[in-house]
Amino acid sequence: MAPKLGTLMFPGESIDDLKTDKNGKTILGPGLRRTYAAIHIIKAGILQFKEPNEYWIESPEKRYIATKGDSVIGIVTQRTGDAFRIDIGASEQASLSYMAFEGATKKNRPDVKVGDIIYARLQVANKDMEPELVCMDSTGRSNGYGVIRDGGFMIKCPLHHIRRILRPNCPLLKTLGDMMPYETAVGINGRIWVKGRSTIETITIANIISDSEHCSDSDMKTFVKSRVHALSGLH
Amino acid sequence: MKIPLPPGNKMSSSSKSQQLKGKMHLLSQADGSCSLSVGQTAFMAAVYGPREVKMNKEKVDKAVIEFMYRPKVGQSGCGERFWETLVGNTCETAILCSLHPRKSVGIIVQELQNSGSQLACCINAAFLALLDACVPVRYMVAATCCIITEGSTEPILSPTAVQEENAIAHMTFAFDSVDHNVVCSHTTGCFSEDQFQLCLEVCRKANKQVFDFYREALRERLSGSMIEC
Repeated sequence: MAPKLGTLMFPGESIDDLKTDKNGKTILGPGLRRTYAAIHIIKAGILQFKEPNEYWIESPEKRYIATKGDSVIGIVTQRTGDAFRIDIGASEQASLSYMAFEGATKKNRPDVKVGDIIYARLQVANKDMEPELVCMDSTGRSNGYGVIRDGGFMIKCPLHHIRRILRPNCPLLKTLGDMMPYETAVGINGRIWVKGRSTIETITIANIISDSEHCSDSDMKTFVKSRVHALSGLH
Repeated sequence: MKIPLPPGNKMSSSSKSQQLKGKMHLLSQADGSCSLSVGQTAFMAAVYGPREVKMNKEKVDKAVIEFMYRPKVGQSGCGERFWETLVGNTCETAILCSLHPRKSVGIIVQELQNSGSQLACCINAAFLALLDACVPVRYMVAATCCIITEGSTEPILSPTAVQEENAIAHMTFAFDSVDHNVVCSHTTGCFSEDQFQLCLEVCRKANKQVFDFYREALRERLSGSMIEC
């Protein structure tokens, strides 16, 4: 069966006639699995395609599955000899080395306590090994990663909502930013940290983000505006 | 626990199975959940995982399926344990366990009301919750059951508790969604091989309705989550 893009696919169905790049390769993303005979759908969701040759299934999950290169928000749960244990909401806790921070040396250890929120990147993630996090890029710079301090608030969202927020054409964060200044860190593991100018603003932003899950892109502007205007009476 | 049906609610037509009703994504803490009812029988299921597993249960090459059956009243006994194994194994055949080694997938099914067709409803509820949790599966699995009564040649599909009392044999079959092959079969009572084959084919035919119901439920579930835009 030729792939019908943007339609709902069910587990067990198979697709073929996939587009390839000039080397004859196709990239299969989450929800698709190649067996000897065909390419099968393994979870219910919408079939998506990106030029030239990427296919995947977009589905409304809640459980995060660690993937290499993802930027995630984790909570420090334990300090061991040479690494921290971080809860990233996946099936296993991730480890974060003391040395994986900008400017960290054996003598100069980073100031991280149990309970801190950390924005980090997954360096190692596969099904057979414990995931490993780093708080710097390949050049050794922090590049925005590290411990998130100075208050703010972290909320949890379903994964598909996070992926939608991170899409370049999503109007949510932009519309919010036009109306009030705030800081945010979006982890693809279903966690968002936000901080506004005051506690009330922080709560409002957090509520708007979590409530916008069922709001379409076209209604987003009106939705955000009405919620922010409702806030003005509270000051 | 058997509840007598209200008068007038008699499903005697063997060609028409009872109406399936259900809703997905009800619980906030579980990764996947659903409630499902067939006639007067109702179940609620929740799926957690893939999550961490205890050291002694861990399997190095695949995920462990931890199935739990909670009866409406009292503690789960020997019969419930048997069902846990049966439905757990049925789910395990469909789940791609090798994709999550050293993990577990917890499935909890709570009986809300039992009024016949219990095992079939239990399997369907468990699987609908698995679909809601987006656990990777080879195919969808759905179950249908039927009974044979004395003197009647035609089996009765999705029987009520009252009908089950008069049955001489009770059969439950689970099929996959691709080739409609049998995944699980559970029978009680006395019957001939011909009767078994007849029931199997009747159930196989009726099972397509359950898959249609799955598809409809999933479509409803996804339309609320704004994935398409």
